[in-house]
Amino acid sequence: MNFRRIFLFSIPYIWLLALFLAPFLIVLKISLSDIALAIPPYTPTLDLSGGWVAFKDFFSQLDFENFTFLASDSLYWKSYLSSVQIACISTFICLMIGFPIAYGMANAPQEWQPTLMLLVILPFWTSFLIRVYSLIGILSQDGILNQFLLWLGIIGEPLVILNTNWAVYIGIVYTYCPFMILPIYATLTKLDASLLEAAEDLGCSRTSAFWQITVPLSKSGIIAGCFLVFIPALGEFVIPSLLGGSSTLMIGKVLFEEFFANRDWPVAGAVAVILLLILIIPIVLYQRNEQKMMEAKK
Amino acid sequence: MRRFTWFNATSLTLGFAFLYIPMLIVIIYSFNESKLVTVWGGFSTKWYGELVQNEAFLDAALVTFKVGLVSSVIATILGTMAAYVLVRGGRFYGRTLFSGMIYAPLVMPEVITGLSLLLLFISIGLDRGIVTIILAHTTFSMCYVSVVVSSRLVSFDRSVEEAALDLGCTPFDAFRSVTLPIIAPAVISGWLLALTLSLDDLVIASFVAGPSATTLPIKVFSSVRLGVSPEINALSTILIGIVALGTVTASITTKRAVVRRRHEQQMAVQAG
Repeated sequence: MNFRRIFLFSIPYIWLLALFLAPFLIVLKISLSDIALAIPPYTPTLDLSGGWVAFKDFFSQLDFENFTFLASDSLYWKSYLSSVQIACISTFICLMIGFPIAYGMANAPQEWQPTLMLLVILPFWTSFLIRVYSLIGILSQDGILNQFLLWLGIIGEPLVILNTNWAVYIGIVYTYCPFMILPIYATLTKLDASLLEAAEDLGCSRTSAFWQITVPLSKSGIIAGCFLVFIPALGEFVIPSLLGGSSTLMIGKVLFEEFFANRDWPVAGAVAVILLLILIIPIVLYQRNEQKMMEAKK
Repeated sequence: MRRFTWFNATSLTLGFAFLYIPMLIVIIYSFNESKLVTVWGGFSTKWYGELVQNEAFLDAALVTFKVGLVSSVIATILGTMAAYVLVRGGRFYGRTLFSGMIYAPLVMPEVITGLSLLLLFISIGLDRGIVTIILAHTTFSMCYVSVVVSSRLVSFDRSVEEAALDLGCTPFDAFRSVTLPIIAPAVISGWLLALTLSLDDLVIASFVAGPSATTLPIKVFSSVRLGVSPEINALSTILIGIVALGTVTASITTKRAVVRRRHEQQMAVQAG
């Protein structure tokens, strides 16, 4: 390695060490130092192999130690569970909506495809905050959706959608749908159409050809899309705080608001560390899927 | 054998309606005379006038723009360097950590990035303000830039670079006159991505911004929390318009470039 190369390499490296790794280590340190203070010496302290359990221990121990922590503790645990639940449900709805769109795009005439791609990408470049905001006017009690449904006569009185979990599902699906559509579309366009032809020649109905050929062969795109929606949805803050109600518990929102309202930084640090530990599972699975896709390409 | 069925047409229509109707409604209601956001009171552009006179929004927009410009330029330089090191650097000590640090911010929840950077700035005693926002934005957007640029670096024919070196170019000259022009489209789209991410960011900026510097998303967020407002509709319309114009222009220019390249290739084949 010559000097120029070292120079080229060290600047981004040092930048990331200073502004990505170091801050993260500070968070880790703060959450750990809390353990050292709160847990009596006879409890097994941080055992790195059982890190998650150790943290869980730490939280349940705090339950007995400190009354104020008891309240915030159950809040945190409910928030983790409900974040996972909300992210799962939204990802599923996203798949149900995104797959038909991607499938329609892949089957559309060749000359339409660049335009259709552009139409999917365009919302992604548009401000996330504005897209979430645009839903408020639609979902509110006197909003467009309720007015429309009342006009149609489907409902007798306005539905309460805004400030419920339903609004959060709709928000996540609406904002993250392009992430679901694009990878599925990418696998569907690569799908060898002659396979479908062969299946139909052999007497397979179009529906069963779809389920037996199209869906299994687009599996990697489906998996990629699901993780691309699930991972950011789990730590989402903007959507639950603008569209969700006071009963909507999502860990990103809780962390943000507790941090600024309660100023309890050690707990916020620990919450962040646990959120990351939960996220590692889907991230590793996603990377494995990506690697499989890369190998399949070779 | 791909057939475009009625099912496909319906799902595309409904899907795009779902993606676009909310934004269209915001645009339509930004021209609403009435202060009431759900009642149509006739066409008017008065909210745009009010928006232009709103000093708080203008100040915030200026801060956002400054942060976006500075952070996206630094992020593009650092991200391109990082991509070059990752793709061309071969094996070096700490490579795994390096690539981990490039990819991790992409999946890191924003609340965690924001929290950790804030704790860092506090522990080193850096005052929160425009500088801290720039540092924070540069850090996460350089990772996006480096992913975009490295995907281009991986796919291009390395032999042209080697040819330049064989013909006596210094590595820097080879980079400047051979590599850079080839990866330029990726660098530009990386820069645009970095700029968009910075202009758009609410969560990280909320953590690292001090009272001295408020960005537009922070301002919009605090006003949106109180409900829908016609001024925000007007602002949204302007932002949606800029993005739509930019994206369509970009796609037309790339399409033209592809057509031109194809044409040049044909000419070259004919000449040869």
